[in-house]
Amino acid sequence: MPTKRLARLASRYVVLVVVAAIVAFPLYVLLSGSLMTLKEISSIPPQLIPLHPVWKSFSEAFSSGNLGQYLLVSLGQSALITVGQVVTSISAAFAFAYIAFPFKRILFALMLATSMIPFEVTVIANLQTVHTLHVDETMQGLVIPFLATGFGIFLMRQAFMQIPKEMHEAAIIDGYGPWKYLWRVAVPLARPSVAALAVFGFLGAWNQYLWPLLETGNNTSIQTIQMGIRQVGGTISTANLTLAAGVIATAPLLILLVFFQKHLIRSLTAGAVK
Amino acid sequence: MSSRASLAPGGSVFRRRRDGWLGLALVLPALVIFAAFTYYPFFKNFQMGLFKAAPFPNLPSRYVGTAQFTTMLGSADFWDSVKSTAIYALITVPLGVIGGLVMAVLAHQQLRGIRIFRTIFSSSVVSSAAVAAVVFQVILSPQTGYLQTLGIHLPDITSSPTWGLPAMALVSAWQFVGLAFIILTAGLQSLPDEIMEASRVDGATAWTRLWRITFPLLSPTIFFCGVVGVIFSLQSFGQIDIMIGTSNATYTHTNVLIYAIYRLLHVSQNTGLAACYSIALFVITLLVTLIQFRLLEKRVHYAH
Repeated sequence: MPTKRLARLASRYVVLVVVAAIVAFPLYVLLSGSLMTLKEISSIPPQLIPLHPVWKSFSEAFSSGNLGQYLLVSLGQSALITVGQVVTSISAAFAFAYIAFPFKRILFALMLATSMIPFEVTVIANLQTVHTLHVDETMQGLVIPFLATGFGIFLMRQAFMQIPKEMHEAAIIDGYGPWKYLWRVAVPLARPSVAALAVFGFLGAWNQYLWPLLETGNNTSIQTIQMGIRQVGGTISTANLTLAAGVIATAPLLILLVFFQKHLIRSLTAGAVK
Repeated sequence: MSSRASLAPGGSVFRRRRDGWLGLALVLPALVIFAAFTYYPFFKNFQMGLFKAAPFPNLPSRYVGTAQFTTMLGSADFWDSVKSTAIYALITVPLGVIGGLVMAVLAHQQLRGIRIFRTIFSSSVVSSAAVAAVVFQVILSPQTGYLQTLGIHLPDITSSPTWGLPAMALVSAWQFVGLAFIILTAGLQSLPDEIMEASRVDGATAWTRLWRITFPLLSPTIFFCGVVGVIFSLQSFGQIDIMIGTSNATYTHTNVLIYAIYRLLHVSQNTGLAACYSIALFVITLLVTLIQFRLLEKRVHYAH
């Protein structure tokens, strides 16, 4: 019997490992290719393991590829968008969850409905708007349109509604006003959802493509890292550089994923307090 | 993922008049952003569609009524774009959802080290369109050995009229599979434990449990995941932009709606027609979502 069980257990792991290898293969090629020379990348049959890892591509991407500046811009842009989304989402979601105010229903519906309008559909007029506001080809123009999300408001409102009734009953007996309740009770209890929202927000902002492409125009000083990859990408003759830049662009997000993967899943489950 | 029951605003805790003003003040920042950068530009499309842009910048545009809409609906280019967009979605969404589902079921067991597998299964969610595109360019290129070792000898895929679009859709599918895994795992973890326990006691085999109990119960989430996938695939732009490369010679085969909008806007400066295309993209997003709602609502089991 035990051998049979052992075999079943082993076969489960084999399946898991095979699926993991398939889905992680592109990320593996990204990493291994960044440590190879161009000749090794294009060898036939492919060289799967960088036997003589070279770091040249990374230093080259920073020196001639201007990677450092792209990184700084992306970091600033993504941090600003993340903080903005967290603040506007907490604030609006708290109002929707706890406060009686005029036009509440229609305002909530209007905010949720924004997730039905893809940003791509609004790009044309938004370009004109940032131009009219004199923030085109600037960092402000990169950030301002994304400072609120319907998804974030929905996520935070769900989290606030999960807080047991007894908590706010007790808070009101203690004489808490809305402001004190928000900071002392609601936000601390909803921390996992705040974390998930921040990670989703950062991920989305960092990986943006179309808007930075159109909005930054000729201003090379506010190009994001994705735009940097676009400039060297598109051809196999610079593959070692683009892969190195790709590793740099992906590593921060992978680290976030390792730490917050559980939060991301949990924030989307029905019983978020389980 | 209970979406329906929770849509109605619940009983409010703070309901003094003063609180009402506070409530309005708290929603104001988000409201301003949405008004300026979602609703205004959305409706502005309809107005811009009525004007034809001047051939040179800074010249006034001309009112042409619905002429541009009829031009668009009568042009072969537009319908080619719609077709490419449909093919793109028909590859991306099923691959992503089925892949995500397989991984979610596999990772939903009590095993040592399962957390590591969960992280790997969700890992493609962190990849940007640009990064995914450059990696797949290396994997699919005839100048590298990956495909050739598998015995697949294809011409330069990105410039191939047959393989260009499917290759780019594959990139999007890989990117989406991580998100699909996260959504579906969240759905699996929300299933009521009692029903799963009861079926185990009944002696149903793992396979039967999966098809008779897990999938039906999970169907709202699977359906939600499909909607997210369609929206994701309709927005796929960076993958195409990078994989086509600088030549742009092959764009006609991969001219999905979002790429067509970009070209109209950026290359031909035809704002009016680009606005018409944007409206079309929105209408398609809306239609697909509504159809999926209708089709699946009857078959879906809502557990809550």
